[in-house]
Amino acid sequence: MKKNAKAVRYNKWGYIFLIPFIVVFVVFQLIPLVTTIYNSFFENYMSGLTQVGPNFVGMENYKKLFTGGDVWIYAKNTMVMWILCFIPQILLSLLLGAWFSDVQLKLKGSRFFKTVIYLPNLIMASAFAMLFFTLFSDGGPINSMLMQIGFIDTPYKFLSNTGSARGLIAFMNCLMWFGNTTILLMAGMMGIDTSLFEAAEVDGATSTQVFFKITLPLLRPILVYVMITSLLGGLQLFDVPQILTNGTGDPMRTTMTLIMFLNKHLYSKNYGMAGALSVILFIISAILSFIVFKVTGNDKRKG
Amino acid sequence: MENQKKQKGMSIHARRSVAYIVLVMISFFCLFWFYVLFINATRSNGELQKGFTLIPSTNLLTNWKNLVSGTLPIWSGMLNSLIVSACSAVLCVYFSTMTAYAIHAYEFKLKKFIYPFILMIMMIPTQVTALGFVKLVSNMGLEDSLIPLIVPSVASPVVFFYIKQYMESSLPLSLIEAARIDGSGEFKTFNAIVLPLMKPAIAVQAIFTFVSSWNNYFTPALILHNDKKKTLPILIAQLRSADWLKFDMGQVYVMIAFSIFPVIIVYLILSKHIVQGVALGSVKG
Repeated sequence: MKKNAKAVRYNKWGYIFLIPFIVVFVVFQLIPLVTTIYNSFFENYMSGLTQVGPNFVGMENYKKLFTGGDVWIYAKNTMVMWILCFIPQILLSLLLGAWFSDVQLKLKGSRFFKTVIYLPNLIMASAFAMLFFTLFSDGGPINSMLMQIGFIDTPYKFLSNTGSARGLIAFMNCLMWFGNTTILLMAGMMGIDTSLFEAAEVDGATSTQVFFKITLPLLRPILVYVMITSLLGGLQLFDVPQILTNGTGDPMRTTMTLIMFLNKHLYSKNYGMAGALSVILFIISAILSFIVFKVTGNDKRKG
Repeated sequence: MENQKKQKGMSIHARRSVAYIVLVMISFFCLFWFYVLFINATRSNGELQKGFTLIPSTNLLTNWKNLVSGTLPIWSGMLNSLIVSACSAVLCVYFSTMTAYAIHAYEFKLKKFIYPFILMIMMIPTQVTALGFVKLVSNMGLEDSLIPLIVPSVASPVVFFYIKQYMESSLPLSLIEAARIDGSGEFKTFNAIVLPLMKPAIAVQAIFTFVSSWNNYFTPALILHNDKKKTLPILIAQLRSADWLKFDMGQVYVMIAFSIFPVIIVYLILSKHIVQGVALGSVKG
């Protein structure tokens, strides 16, 4: 009885220690989320200098959002750039992860290489985008370099062509994230029981066979985790295209992402549409988060 | 048999060479841009117009002086970025450790509900609540203040999760029990015993929080409008929209270098811990 009372006395500290987290979470995340959802049902924007609303309009903002057509274009842009970034990223990361975790290969200087490939992840995305904007501008160093080696005669307008503009954005994101993915996959590969590899070697399997028949299937939970978190990150694509195109999404809005669209509504104080768009993005990311939660949860139970 | 063995040995050798060649190429692609940035930051506008070279010039200081005497509030931008990042990092790791400790060391009814809840909200991006956040901040009268950029870092589910994982492997409950017998209060136990033990995890997460706060552009750009309050990423965006390219490219490169190189230098000093930290934070298979 006495012991029980003591335990209760201690355990109330569990609640006390949770107070800062809960308070800040409620004030700065939960209340904003509720306000965002609430605002999505109101007409509330500036038409010239006159304020329209806020008037309750029900689902009207959502209807306008989906029938307006713009949101589909931006969703497509976001997806295209994510895929352009993700495919090379995952292939490169798998290859490098396999090399770094291969005990037979005994790569020298792997710490140096890991340090180098992780470096771009820590760079300020907006400064990195600004750097690429200057390097790839019409009169910039890349063009002058290509002209000096005689590869092209006139400057190539990287930022005025859809393919090269999207490609640049995807390339920068790939560069910024493949190091992170490599290290995650490598950690997963190192966690695989080495006796499996030894058994495969005794059976005379080649390294390619080992990779496709042992490493890849066992890596599946981590691969799913990497893919979904990358998709969540891709959905948030903002800094790089925003700075690179100065918020316009040029050429012809083909690099405009969903968050850039949201940002535009927030700046023009069109709170109704911004709310509706936020709610849609929230639902998508909630579904994706739930998948991550399930995947990592299962993973833990196994280990 | 012998033949086969020999062939296998050769293939290892060949694979190793391929691996080195690819790794060197990838490293080149990671570092090349920063090298060009460094070179161009040292060249004057006139030199930059003439085309590209790989040799640094001597105008770094001149570019820097021109930039500082220009219209962009560089120093206050640097100071604001430092304040926000440092305060966020400190608050974030301290309270995340506290939250992790609450979940790790105590048994209480709501724990079964709160822990999975935190894991569920871990991945929700901040952008989707930005509208409500901006409204809240303006209702509180905190626009043009650094506070709304610092305080929310107290509730960081990702940092919490990482520290919780680390705690499970390196904080035995018997230690806390021993402290209780010695008459240490719960709060004192946390500060004097738990925090020091968590140092490795705290250091890694402090670096990550600092860097992500330093690099953050979306939220500060919505809240800070006064030039004196702006952080570095907003100044970069301003540089982009001001069409400075027509004026002096040397200054533009110095400004970019100024926002990127401090992080690179700190990273190179601490790289060992950071790379290990990323691996530790991955899902445990």
